[in-house]
Amino acid sequence: MTSPKRIGKIEFGLLSPKAIRDMSVCKVIWPDTYDDDGFPYPKGLMDPSLGVIDPGLRCKTCGQKQGDCPGHFGHIDLAKPVIHVGYTRLIRKLLRVTCRECGRLLLDKEEIERFSALEDDPYSAETIGEKDIKKERICPYCGDQQFKINFEKPTSFVEVVTETGEDGKVHKTEHKLTSADIRERLEKITDDDLRLLGIDPTVARPEWTILTVLPVPPVTVRPSIILENGQRSEDDLTHKLVDIIRINQRFKENQDAGAPQLIIEDLWELLQYHVTTYLDNEVAGCPPARHRSGRPLKTLSQRLKGKDGRFRGSLSGKRVNFSSRTVISPDPNLSIGEVGVPLAIANEMSVPVRVTKQNIEDIRSMIRIGPNRPTLRDPCGANYVNRPDGRRIRLIAGVEGNCDTVAEMIEPGWKIDRQLRDGDIVLFNRQPSLHRMSIMSHHIKVMNGRTFRLNPAVCPPYNADFDGDEMNLHVPQTEEARAEAELLVAVQENILSPRFGGPIIGGLHDHISGIFLLTNQVKWYTKSQFLYLLKYTDMEHLPEPGKVEDGIPYWSNKQAFSIILPADVNMFYKTTCCRNCDPCTKDTYCPHDAYVRIVDGQLLSGTIDKKSVGAMDGAILNRIIRLHGMKRAREYIDDLTKLSIRAIMINGFSYGINDTDLGKEEYKQIRDVLDKAEADVAQRINIYEQGHLEPMPGRTQEETLEMQVMKELGKARDRTGEIASRHLGFENSAVVMAVSGARGSMLNMAQMAGCIGQQAVRGERIVRGYEDRTLPHFKRGDKGSDAHGFVRNSYKSGLTPTEFFFHAIGGREGLVDTAVRTSQSGYLQRRMINALQDLKVAYDGTVRSTGGKIIQFKYGEDGTDPAKSASGLPVDVKGIAESVLKEAV
Amino acid sequence: MTRLNVLLHEMVPDHQIMTPEEVAKLLADYDITEEHLPKMYHDDPAVKACGAKPGMVICITRKSQTAGEATSYRLVVRRPKK
Repeated sequence: MTSPKRIGKIEFGLLSPKAIRDMSVCKVIWPDTYDDDGFPYPKGLMDPSLGVIDPGLRCKTCGQKQGDCPGHFGHIDLAKPVIHVGYTRLIRKLLRVTCRECGRLLLDKEEIERFSALEDDPYSAETIGEKDIKKERICPYCGDQQFKINFEKPTSFVEVVTETGEDGKVHKTEHKLTSADIRERLEKITDDDLRLLGIDPTVARPEWTILTVLPVPPVTVRPSIILENGQRSEDDLTHKLVDIIRINQRFKENQDAGAPQLIIEDLWELLQYHVTTYLDNEVAGCPPARHRSGRPLKTLSQRLKGKDGRFRGSLSGKRVNFSSRTVISPDPNLSIGEVGVPLAIANEMSVPVRVTKQNIEDIRSMIRIGPNRPTLRDPCGANYVNRPDGRRIRLIAGVEGNCDTVAEMIEPGWKIDRQLRDGDIVLFNRQPSLHRMSIMSHHIKVMNGRTFRLNPAVCPPYNADFDGDEMNLHVPQTEEARAEAELLVAVQENILSPRFGGPIIGGLHDHISGIFLLTNQVKWYTKSQFLYLLKYTDMEHLPEPGKVEDGIPYWSNKQAFSIILPADVNMFYKTTCCRNCDPCTKDTYCPHDAYVRIVDGQLLSGTIDKKSVGAMDGAILNRIIRLHGMKRAREYIDDLTKLSIRAIMINGFSYGINDTDLGKEEYKQIRDVLDKAEADVAQRINIYEQGHLEPMPGRTQEETLEMQVMKELGKARDRTGEIASRHLGFENSAVVMAVSGARGSMLNMAQMAGCIGQQAVRGERIVRGYEDRTLPHFKRGDKGSDAHGFVRNSYKSGLTPTEFFFHAIGGREGLVDTAVRTSQSGYLQRRMINALQDLKVAYDGTVRSTGGKIIQFKYGEDGTDPAKSASGLPVDVKGIAESVLKEAV
Repeated sequence: MTRLNVLLHEMVPDHQIMTPEEVAKLLADYDITEEHLPKMYHDDPAVKACGAKPGMVICITRKSQTAGEATSYRLVVRRPKK
C-alpha cells in the first residue's frame, strides 16, 4: 500500500480553448444522437469515440469495455464567443478595474505599491477589489476616459458612455458590450496586473471565461436509458447540448450567408441563453429551460448543488446494506436493551459465520433449514454460502432447492450468511439523529407481526412515540463491530446522557402514575396482592411481613417498592409532589408523604414520583448507576416498569368527560370570581377612559392598563383553578398525573374544569383584526375583557364563537413558533456538526483535530466526561455523604 | 495618546510570554510542533499589550466554569491579509 500523502496546495484554474481542443477526441457538429436504425450519428452527440454505455461494445478511442472506459471529451466550436455564467462576477470586476483602451489596471505605481506582496511571503498581498478603484476616472497610462459598466442579469454588460456635447450638456448613451468586445478587452490585461487581482495567469487567463469552444462531456456522464417500450430516453445534458448545436449550426449558416445584423444578434443571444442554461438552469433573471413535460432540466450546476447534489447527496451520503426499517410499537415485556424484530426481517437479514470444525454440524443444520424459517420457534436458517474462492451460493428452499446438497458440501474455512436469531446484537436508530443516543444497540428478539417492538422506557433518548414512527435497524457484520456495539453503543451504556450528566432513560407517564399510586401514603397488601405486584420482577424471597393482623401477614406498599432496590441505597430528598409547606416537617412526618427516605434499600417514607423515576430525572436510578453500574441500572429499570404497570392495573387508570365535573357550589364560586374580575377590569377601563389612571414608572397609561388587565384576568383564572382543585382529589386521574409529574399540570386541570383564561399573542392581549377592534361583534375601541381574547368558559363548558376564534388565534401562535424553531435549530445543528465532526479526545487528554492540532489542552478544561459526571460535577459529594452517614445532608 | 492597557481589564485573562525553555518543554510534553498549537494574531490587543512578537508562545490563564482555572497556550502569528 502506498503511504498517505499530504496535500501541499490546491490550484483552481480555467480550461483554455487550447486545452479543450487538446483533450477533445471528436468535434461534434451533428445535433442529434441516434438515427432511425439505432446507430449513433458520426460527429453526433453519441459518437462512439466519446465512450461506451452499452454493454458488450468497445470504445472507439481507448478500446476498453463499458465500465473500464472512463469516457472521452468532445468539443463544439461556437460560432461566436459567449459568456460563462459562472464567471459574470469576475468579468464585471475585471471590466471595471481595467482600462477600456489599453487594458492596464486603473491604478498608478504608488497606489499599486500598497497592494504588493512582502518579499518573503508571496501570499501576503491583498487583492485589489472593485472598491479600490474610483469610478469613471482617467487611465493613468494612456489617459483614456473610463466609463461606468453596468451588469444586467444574467449575462449582459452595458457601458454608459457620457459625452459632453457642443452645447455643454452631458449626453448619456448606453452601449451594449458583445461577448466578443469583452473578450477583446480581457485579452489586453497584462499578466502582472492579473497577479495583483489575485488571478494566476498561468492557469486562468480572464478571456477563457468567455467561451469560444464548449467541451462536450463523455457519454458516460450523460448516459441514455432505455425505457420498457424499447425507446431511448436521453439525459437532460444531452437534450441541452442538442439545443446548443442546433442553434450554433443555424448561427453559422446565417453568418456565412451574410444575414442582417439584427438576426445575428438574436441568434447570438439565443446561443448565449442555451449555453447559460446548460451550465446553470437556476440563474436569476433567466427563465429555466424546460423539458417537453414542463419539468425544468437538471443541468450541470444542478447536478452538484444542494442536498441531493453530488457533494451532499452522493459523496458525503452513503447507502448501506444489512439495514431495515419499519413502524415501531411498544412492548413493556421486553427489556430496555432488547428490540422485537419481525420474523420476515430476521429471515431476510444475516450475519456472516465462519465454518469451523467445532460448529460445522450446527451450520449444516442451518443450511438445511434454508432461507425460509417457518416459525419463531424454529432455529434460524441461512441465506447464502460463501466459498473460500469467492463464489457465492444462494440457498433455495423446497424440493427443487439446493439446501441439502450444499449442507453436505461445506467444510471448515467456508462462510455462511446466517439469519438473525434471538440475542443477536443490532444497531437501532431513529431520525433525526441529533445526539449519540439516537443510535443504540439492542439485542434482538424475533417476533410475529410486522413492527419493531421496543420497551416504552427507551423512547426518550430516541424521542420516539408510537403514532406511526418508523425506525431503522442495522446488523453489524464483523466481530469488532459487534464488540463495539456491545461495549459502547448498548442501551445500558447510554442511560446517562452527556447533555446533563443524568439518566435520560426512565419511567414514562404510566410508570410514574403507577408508582405514585402504589407508594403514596401507606397501604397494606395481602400475600397474594403483594405477589401479583412483583410477579415479573426478580424477587428471590418474600421479605418479612410489615405487620401481622389477626394472624394474617400484610406487606406494605413501601416494601413492595423496596424489593426492586439494591440493599445499599441511602437517599433523602423532596419529591415532585412536595407542596413546599412552611414550615417543612420532613424530619417528623410529611402530611403529603412528599419526603423520601431510603435507608439500606428500604423505602421508609415518601412517595415515588417523577423526581425519583422519571426520564431525565431519575434520582434513584442515578444513584444505582454510581453504586452498582450500568447492568444493575438496566435491571432496575426493567423491574420498575413492570412493577409500576402492575400497580396501575390494580385499580385501573382512566379519564372521562365527567371527571371534570365540579359541584354546584364550585360552579357558583367560579362564576362569582369571573364576574368580579370582569367587573374589576371594566372599572379600571373606566378610570383609564376618564384619564385618571396613574401610569406605572416608564409606561404609558395604555400599557399600564393592559398590564393591570392581564394580571387581573390571570389571577381570576388561577382562582378558578384553585376552586376546581379543591373539589378534585387523588381519585381524579388528572390530579394524580399532575401531582406526580407524569403528564399535564394543574393549569391544564384548571382550563378543563374552571376557566381557559386570557388568550395571548406575543405575550399581549389580542388586538389585531379590524380597525380599533378584534372582531365586528364588538364596538370600536372596546377594551373589555371579552373583546380582547378572555375566554371565561372551560373546555368542559364549551366556548362561545368569539372565544373559540380567539383561542384559535392563540393556538396558532404556538404552532408557528414550533415550526420556526425546529427549522432554525436544525440548521444550527448541521453547522455545529460540520465544525466539530472530526475532533477527538487524544490519550493525553487534549482535544485534537485530524491534523493533530490542539483545540483544547484539556477536554472541557477539567477533563471530565459529562456522561460519567454527576450532573456536570466530577464527584457526587452529596451521594457519597448520604451513603456513608445514612441520613439527610 | 493615552491608551488603555487591556491586560488590566478584569475580563481579559492573564497573558504571559513564555521563555524558549518553557516553550520547548511545552512542545515536548504534548509531543507537538509549534504548528499544532492554537494561534493568535500579532495585532490582537492583548498580544500588543504584552509585547509579544510573531513566533512567541503566550500562556493564557483564565477562569473556567468547569475547572476553576484553566491554562492554554497560543502561538503568535502574523495576521494574513485577506
